[in-house]
Amino acid sequence: MFSILSKEIRSFLSSLIAIIVIIVFLVANGLFIWIFNETNILDAGYANIDPFFELAPIIFIFLISAITMRSFSEEKKTGTFETLSTKPITDLSIILGKYFAGLLIVLFSILPTFVYYYTIHKLSVPVGNIDTGAIWGSYIGLIMLSAGYVSIGLFSSVITDNQIVSFIVSMFLCFFFYSSFDYLSSIEIFKKTDFFIEWFGINFHYRNISRGVVDTRDVVYFLSLIVLFIWLTKIIFNSRKW
Amino acid sequence: MSIRVENLTKTYKSQNAIDQINFEIKSGEIVGFLGPNGAGKTTTMKILTCYIPPTSGAAWVNGLNVENDSIEVRKQIGYLPEHNPLYMDMYVKEYLMFAASVYQLSNKSQRVKEMIELTGLQVEQNKKIGQLSKGYRQRVGLAQAIIHNPKVLILDEPTSGLDPNQIVEIRNLIVNIGKEKTVLLSTHIMQEVEAMCNRVMIINKGKIVADGKTEDLKHSFSPDNTVQVTFNQSLNSDQLKSLNIISEATQLNEQTYIVKSKKNEELIKSEIFNFAVQNQLILTEMKLIESSLEDVFKNLTK
Repeated sequence: MFSILSKEIRSFLSSLIAIIVIIVFLVANGLFIWIFNETNILDAGYANIDPFFELAPIIFIFLISAITMRSFSEEKKTGTFETLSTKPITDLSIILGKYFAGLLIVLFSILPTFVYYYTIHKLSVPVGNIDTGAIWGSYIGLIMLSAGYVSIGLFSSVITDNQIVSFIVSMFLCFFFYSSFDYLSSIEIFKKTDFFIEWFGINFHYRNISRGVVDTRDVVYFLSLIVLFIWLTKIIFNSRKW
Repeated sequence: MSIRVENLTKTYKSQNAIDQINFEIKSGEIVGFLGPNGAGKTTTMKILTCYIPPTSGAAWVNGLNVENDSIEVRKQIGYLPEHNPLYMDMYVKEYLMFAASVYQLSNKSQRVKEMIELTGLQVEQNKKIGQLSKGYRQRVGLAQAIIHNPKVLILDEPTSGLDPNQIVEIRNLIVNIGKEKTVLLSTHIMQEVEAMCNRVMIINKGKIVADGKTEDLKHSFSPDNTVQVTFNQSLNSDQLKSLNIISEATQLNEQTYIVKSKKNEELIKSEIFNFAVQNQLILTEMKLIESSLEDVFKNLTK
């Protein structure tokens, strides 16, 4: 698993994907949170970084899809998939190697945003008067959400040998799981079951954790989502044997 | 037995890619796997390397079943797939290090260094794989296949798409490596088999149609001796047939004829010489045509 992981990280770095993703993520966030009129924190007057946590899941839909789109598609297209799967490593360790490589890159892009926390911490009056619990909760939520996105992206990559298809499918699925259940639940005919429908979406659990309460039910939801998509990935990974 | 295959069948949709094939390969043999495109060579190799499972039948590598002990089998096999897929954006050394770590070798950099020397990649070792010529890429492919010192080497068309010089280099390399290993290599170039292999298997439409020593195969499929004769003028091929030892005579071009006979070379040649003297013809050329593996191949895979 670790040989795959380190190979993936190297290829992320050498193909500049990782660096571009991190830069784009930080620039977009920076602009929205500190510069643009509508959304910036400085004008809002409250000492929190909620705009960041609202924006990040949307930006991640694009960026994580871009990170994961090549992981299996490219191997399939160039034929290295065959070399890889005839090496003495289990399918699961190939998948997990690629999964954690993707997740690590995402975590690296989140890391610099701790500067936002520090800035708000300093700017608040009196200094340090911010809801630290909610912010840490939000970070945990964001990490879980991206872990879910990476597993969705990996699945989208394994179903096709075309990176563009994989990218689009991944964006669609991430978006679908992130917020479509919210929209569905607001439709009139689902009125009676709206809570259950909402429960299926990532956003519902993300918001829960963001409040600073890490509830096991939400954690279990994210873990099941990840396990589900890694399991689906493994099934498709073996499709050559059908 | 290094490789044992029993009643191996692989069916794609309704088509039989390979159909009930059986063979055994002893350790140390270099076996050429011949066949036209789509005959089932690659499918057989993919099953042996655990890439795809057989529809029915079974295969063993060093006594290990390819389906049940897949990981163990993969450890003992070095595999160069068709078209030699490589990571183009990786450096040669980096890729070999990756291969070494996948096989969990303890002395990775030592092994990588040895492989680079063995395959003659010294000059190119600091380049990206994408920058290498096809011949050098093939060397990288071979290097990753033998980095863990496997007992069995499976090479799918190792010389396809190379120029004649590169073909010779890769062949020598394979013969060199193959001295203490079992090698199964597929190709559709006859000379390659004659140059490298001590045994050949010919597969056609999913069935093994010939299996034996390269020399034996050539003999068993053309018992007739064939002589090519050129005279100074043209004559009717029926005249040649009047010689009673000759079973078949065909005109190749104006003055050249192909003559077939069951008798031995010397007798045919002297008879033809006498024939020329009697008819006051001048023999300008007379040579025995050795039947090649190519003929055997053409005959069997029509």
